Amino acid sequence: MNNFWIIFFHTYLSKLKTKSFIITTIITVLIVVGLANMTNIINFFDKGEGKDTIAVIDESSTLVEPLQQQLKASNSEIELEAYKDGEEKAEKAVEDGDYKGLLVLSLDSEGLPVATYKAMSISDSASVTAIQTGLQQIKTQMAAGKINLTSEQLAKLYEPMEMEQIALEENAKTAEELNQARGLVYVLLFVIYFAVILYANMIAMEVATEKSSRVMEILISSVSPIKQMFAKILGICLLSLTQMAVLLGVGYISIKRNLESMEGGFFSVFGFGDVPVSTIIYAVVFFILGYFLYATLAAFLGSLVSRIEDVQQMITPMTMMVVAGFMIAMFGLSQPDTPFVTVTSYIPFFTPMLMFMRVGMLTLPAWEPILGIVILLVSIIILAVFGARVYRGGVLMYGKSNSFKDIKKALQLTKSEK
Amino acid sequence: MVLKIENVSKRFGSFTAVNDLSITIPEKEMFGFLGANGAGKTTTFRMILGLLDASKGKITWDGKPIDYSTSGVIGYLPEERGLYPKLKVRDQLVYLARLRGMNKQDALAELKIWLERFKVPEYLDKRVEELSKGNQQKIQFIAAVLHKPKLLILDEPFSGLDPVNVELLKSAVIELKEQGTTIVFSSHRMEHVEEMCENLCIMHHGSPVVHGSLKDIKRSFGKKNLVIHADFELSGFDNYPGVTKVKRTPEGVHLQIEGEYVAERILKDIVGKGFIRRFVLEEPSLNDIFIEKVGASYE
Repeated sequence: MNNFWIIFFHTYLSKLKTKSFIITTIITVLIVVGLANMTNIINFFDKGEGKDTIAVIDESSTLVEPLQQQLKASNSEIELEAYKDGEEKAEKAVEDGDYKGLLVLSLDSEGLPVATYKAMSISDSASVTAIQTGLQQIKTQMAAGKINLTSEQLAKLYEPMEMEQIALEENAKTAEELNQARGLVYVLLFVIYFAVILYANMIAMEVATEKSSRVMEILISSVSPIKQMFAKILGICLLSLTQMAVLLGVGYISIKRNLESMEGGFFSVFGFGDVPVSTIIYAVVFFILGYFLYATLAAFLGSLVSRIEDVQQMITPMTMMVVAGFMIAMFGLSQPDTPFVTVTSYIPFFTPMLMFMRVGMLTLPAWEPILGIVILLVSIIILAVFGARVYRGGVLMYGKSNSFKDIKKALQLTKSEK
Repeated sequence: MVLKIENVSKRFGSFTAVNDLSITIPEKEMFGFLGANGAGKTTTFRMILGLLDASKGKITWDGKPIDYSTSGVIGYLPEERGLYPKLKVRDQLVYLARLRGMNKQDALAELKIWLERFKVPEYLDKRVEELSKGNQQKIQFIAAVLHKPKLLILDEPFSGLDPVNVELLKSAVIELKEQGTTIVFSSHRMEHVEEMCENLCIMHHGSPVVHGSLKDIKRSFGKKNLVIHADFELSGFDNYPGVTKVKRTPEGVHLQIEGEYVAERILKDIVGKGFIRRFVLEEPSLNDIFIEKVGASYE
């Protein structure tokens, strides 16, 4: 078998078999399953608590019934119970934990409802808000009744103004499509961001480990550094794709299963219902190109340090670049067509995230993403050629070397001086 | 299959690591490289292996330059020892042997033979970080020879080993040589080179200061050692004509002299002064030659 493939499979299999990799994958799978079933989990815990009962002292004795109905209509689980033994005893009962709170209702001089809510603590804003909303509606109805408004007139008063957004550009995305795209792009941006940071880190560590354990000298005497570097990058790439495939598979299955029970819920907002194929293709293309760009950079930075402890310091600027790209992309999600985002999407280190975000959110002419891909390919090649030369010299360099000056030194080592 | 180093120089910026080195090492020979720290031995090895390009001159094996297409016939034990700490001995040695063109089954079979030979068969499934440093070195040595190289380069193979393991490794090296492997090795330990190599080269500041067969080198060095043990006071050698070095020992003196004629003269002078327990004329040791050639210019 060719040396390239030996290193490729060795990198892939030995990383795949490490405990840390298996454990991280399992934990991530659990998190994905957990997130996908979040609503079920929340419901499960809520069911156990049962309904909240609130004691009500209604001085007008006309408010309890309508309020209870309002609460029911808004799906609130608050149960009201009329309390007859006076306020002091009711307070005592709340203190004893028999009731969640005490609501005192009365009518003011104009005949409109006034309420006081007493509870052990007022941190539970959810039930207060529910009660307040309910009472507000009762008050509106009562006030409307007082000035002889019919319920139709009232309904008209509160009817929201209709406004439709229509994009005039041909093929432009409708508001609904844009929402879907935003959700998807958001998720995929996160995937790209984490993958680039995680796996680029892994490569830098791998190279630095080989260097610091000095096994490198045997390796480079058997296989050319360039072959090694790319075999390693591809090996880790396959590893990352394996991990992604597991996560996406698990995520897809659990979301699919939940989707039926949650039609119209959280997930349809994120546009998982019908994903445009082109967006997925662009996501994969930009993910892989972004990975190669940062992986090559990480491999050559990793070859410059001689101790593992220095790796983080060395690749911090690179991580910063990924973070910056991610930040701009996040900002761009709400304003994808600002000139700033457009310009930065052509800077190679930002292209994977920004160009993908734009292509997902906007209707771009085909040449734009293609130009982005070409820019990425060219910078990967340049970085690979340059990186391979630094790598070759860097792996022979030992000592407390961790500055960017070493790039020059490493290049000098590979150059045969005349 | 000859290893030829022709007029090779290597410069790093303004620093000259190796200067105009020419050596020919015939097949099946063991060649010793001596030199103080920083003399250019490791740089020379790296150039032989093609890890560094020579600034001038060329290095050929069997008439062809050494590159990655020939890596299967070359074995290398680097001075800076190192293996993957987390990998099992089995996994990494098979991996390294496969990179040098051996197939999996052969590599594993050969590895078992070597472990048996070094009396550590139980290390096969141990991780390298679990082994002691000396034992890691044995594993590293196996890594260099597992794929049966034709040209074996050993950079300080015996450093850091206890005497028993030095003997174990030495006999393995000698056996490899008898089987027809060309071996180049470097050492600080003169006695190893003296014992094992017919030809050698002493490097100093990048230049070869002594080069040739051990016998020729000793003969052309000229100087000899004279050991005298006597019951009476031995003195007056400090300015004695022909005596180049004087070292006093509890039993007498060790002298370095320019030739046999000096010994004759000294013998005539001291005969009759008392009982002479010992009067021995010795060939210079490689250590003497090394110190003379390399140490002299340190002063």
